[in-house]
Amino acid sequence: MATLAGERPLARTRGRSLLAAAREAPLAAVVILGGLALVALLADVIAPHDPTLPVAGGGVFDPPFWMEGGRVTTLLGTDFQGRDILSRLLHGSRVSLIVGLMGTLVAGSIGTALGILAGYVGGWVDQVIMRVTDAWLALPAIVFAIFLAAMVGPSMWNIIVILGAVYWTRYARVIRGEVLTLREREFVKLAEIAGASRWRVIKRHILPNVMNTATVLASLTVGVVIIAEASLSFLGVGVPPPQPAWGLMLSEARPTLMAGQWWLTVFPGVCILLIVLATQLFGDWLRVRLDPQSRNL
Amino acid sequence: MTRVAPLLEVSGLQTQFFGFGGTRVVKAVESVSFSLDEGETLGLVGESGSGKTTTCLSIVGLLPRGGRIVGGSVVFEGEDLTRKSQRELRRVRGRRIAVILQDPMASLNPLFTIFRQVAEPAFFHQQMRGRTLRARVQQLLQAVRIPSPEWRMRDYPHQMSGGMRQRIVGAIALAGGPRLVIADEPTTNLDVTIQAQYLDLLKDIQRQTGVALIFVTHNLGIVAKMCDRVAVMYAGRIVEQAPVRELFDTPRHPYTRALLGSVPKLGSKEPLYSIAGQPPNLASLPAGCPFHPRCPEVLARCATDEPKDVHAGDDSVARCWLVSDGVARS
Amino acid sequence: MSRFILRRVLYSLVTLFILSATIFVIVRLTGDPLALMAEASARPEDLDRIRHQWGLDRSWPVQYATFMQNAFKGELGKSFNYRLPVSELYFQRLPNSLTLGIAATLISLLIGVPAGIISAVKVNTWWDYVAKGVALLGLSIPGFWLGLVLILVFSVWLRWLPTSGAGDWRHVVMPALALGWYFAASMLRLTRSSMLEVLGSEYIKLARLKGLPDVVVIAMHAFKNALIPVFTLAGVNLVVMVNAAVIIEVIFAWPGIGRLLYEGIFQRDFPLVQGVVIMAGFMIVAINLVVDILYAFIDPRIRLTR
Repeated sequence: MATLAGERPLARTRGRSLLAAAREAPLAAVVILGGLALVALLADVIAPHDPTLPVAGGGVFDPPFWMEGGRVTTLLGTDFQGRDILSRLLHGSRVSLIVGLMGTLVAGSIGTALGILAGYVGGWVDQVIMRVTDAWLALPAIVFAIFLAAMVGPSMWNIIVILGAVYWTRYARVIRGEVLTLREREFVKLAEIAGASRWRVIKRHILPNVMNTATVLASLTVGVVIIAEASLSFLGVGVPPPQPAWGLMLSEARPTLMAGQWWLTVFPGVCILLIVLATQLFGDWLRVRLDPQSRNL
Repeated sequence: MTRVAPLLEVSGLQTQFFGFGGTRVVKAVESVSFSLDEGETLGLVGESGSGKTTTCLSIVGLLPRGGRIVGGSVVFEGEDLTRKSQRELRRVRGRRIAVILQDPMASLNPLFTIFRQVAEPAFFHQQMRGRTLRARVQQLLQAVRIPSPEWRMRDYPHQMSGGMRQRIVGAIALAGGPRLVIADEPTTNLDVTIQAQYLDLLKDIQRQTGVALIFVTHNLGIVAKMCDRVAVMYAGRIVEQAPVRELFDTPRHPYTRALLGSVPKLGSKEPLYSIAGQPPNLASLPAGCPFHPRCPEVLARCATDEPKDVHAGDDSVARCWLVSDGVARS
Repeated sequence: MSRFILRRVLYSLVTLFILSATIFVIVRLTGDPLALMAEASARPEDLDRIRHQWGLDRSWPVQYATFMQNAFKGELGKSFNYRLPVSELYFQRLPNSLTLGIAATLISLLIGVPAGIISAVKVNTWWDYVAKGVALLGLSIPGFWLGLVLILVFSVWLRWLPTSGAGDWRHVVMPALALGWYFAASMLRLTRSSMLEVLGSEYIKLARLKGLPDVVVIAMHAFKNALIPVFTLAGVNLVVMVNAAVIIEVIFAWPGIGRLLYEGIFQRDFPLVQGVVIMAGFMIVAINLVVDILYAFIDPRIRLTR
């Protein structure tokens, strides 16, 4: 049964499955991700203050409004420069979303391309790519990322490229394995016998068939990339100040932790937690939905 | 006829699988009845998915997740196994009833020695230890014709050939001294010559120990060689049951005839008969007789009413309107 | 068996070669390390002298060859800042990182393995859902943020544990928990899936058919098979944690390897950074090799063939 379903061309089921998919998607994840996307788009409009400038007439380290000394104009309090935390959080969603999505895109493109190349071309190309993958995997991703970031210098776009360059290995391995089995399938053999060029076979037959797996991997990578960005920013080798990024906010909050000014630490962390949780839930659902045979990816 | 109480009497057995929080029910076994005497061999034949394996697992009460016996009884040595707790069943499994699974490669634990795996039933059920246990394992391995058992029992499964492994699985089945062995397609994964050897071995062991055998297979040749009686299953039901000679000579159910017609005969010029249509989907069976969409001799009523068991001949039962009408006419 | 080991060793050497060459090139591609570390007022001839002293005026292949030659002798270069061999600094810090890594591994095992087993044995019950929830949180909560929250709760509010530094066991608890948290989740997931796979296997079915008690089936038959990959991962994780705990060590001012790397980065001490990163790669390649060979010994299918 499973093989029968797998033989069917993708196009015939795609339209229907997208509709059905939209209905079955986990509500919480969709709400959080959709909400965040909206916030990121509209941050300029909905943020009450400028995220990079102190609030006029406010103090530094103001607590949230429900605590003594808190004010309604700065709902979640102010930071060490007197900037509005809520506004910084709202703007910070942009950094997390952009880095998370773009970093994953870069990683996915590199990994998928190398995976297809290794799996389809085979021979020494395969050997070279897989040995490089092994070498890349031998370094803990976060150490590698910190190292690269320290060498290249801090900026959001650098971080995107760096995280892409660090997290592509998993794609390469998985996609290569998939291509190895695809290569033996009838429709690929037929296309080759019919004289289609390698490039054409890859474009028409291989790529569409590994897209599901790549999508599932991507959904599971986004959260990892977001946490990695926050870690780099926290260490001071990520997004540079005064740009509002959640990891950077946590880093700036560190000196105040001992004074018990918890809101500076808790709010950005909860934001990271929520967005990563949502991507994980979404990814898990996508994995079961698109790829029931490889639930253990 | 005064008959001794049979060793195993399955009556009206119904097993269903519940999926998706109970919203989907698959009726895997539907009112199955048969009985088996000491030393007798019953063949259970049918296409894959016809409920043979589920029937066997229902007998020992080890259904996969989601499976449940919802009706009927399994009386073994005078006790209804369906009413027993798992704890009580554990004392039956491996000791009174043993099962041989189909895949000899997969049914042995790769990390344990042969000795350990063959010894387990005797260790847990008969409390054998030390030298007695060692001797017992050697004797069992000898019984299944493993050469130099005192050496081979220290080996690991991967060091054995497929045929040897399946014989080890046979030794495990015999280890508890069972009265009934259920063999679920034990030879499907073996070479033909190894198959024949294995079947001879089972026959020998049966002669020596007087154990009863339920033999699940889709190979009618094996049935003819091994069995005293045959039950043909289709869509979770036994559609025909008869002594083996009678079934082969005068098959009564159209499905049985179709099955027999799809076995190639040497020298025969007749075209091989194949059964039209798809095997039934147990989650959505047609009304009436489940075989009617594929039946070459279908009657009008087959689509609406499901036939009941009809006794035909001395000792055979079939579930078909053709048979019951025929009996009514004669 | 010996062919298997030989091949693994060869692969490991290739991996190490690519790894060290990559690091080496990246360090030099991103600009003149000396320009990054020198003060703006430094005289050009001084820079040239130092460049010559460090061998930076030679061609890359020559530099790399020298570097590898020294690396085989156990020397990874000299730290700019400490004026000490990098290897000495590394091994000074290693015991601290090991302590932290072992504690974190224990925590991840103590949480992940029992929860994973329960989750697999009681699959699709509320036990399983709770365990799945824990795993999800483990992968979603950033470890360093958990560390900050732990400090807030246990040091600032409750005043039970010290915030930073190394000393007795009380210093280890929070960093180990923050570090092990993520790994506990991955341990849980692996234990669960590995256990489920084994429990669904034919030999477990046969073990049940033998009438063995459930405890025996799970503890003897399923356990051994299911936990091999779990303990393998634990071993690899330990080495990763020893080398990758940068943020946790920074937060808790834990004097380990991660902090050494962090200091190296901010002091622009590129031989130190290069050395620590390469050592991390080296240790992980080594543990992977060890694990592969151990695997071969544990699993009779590999041990007794070839």
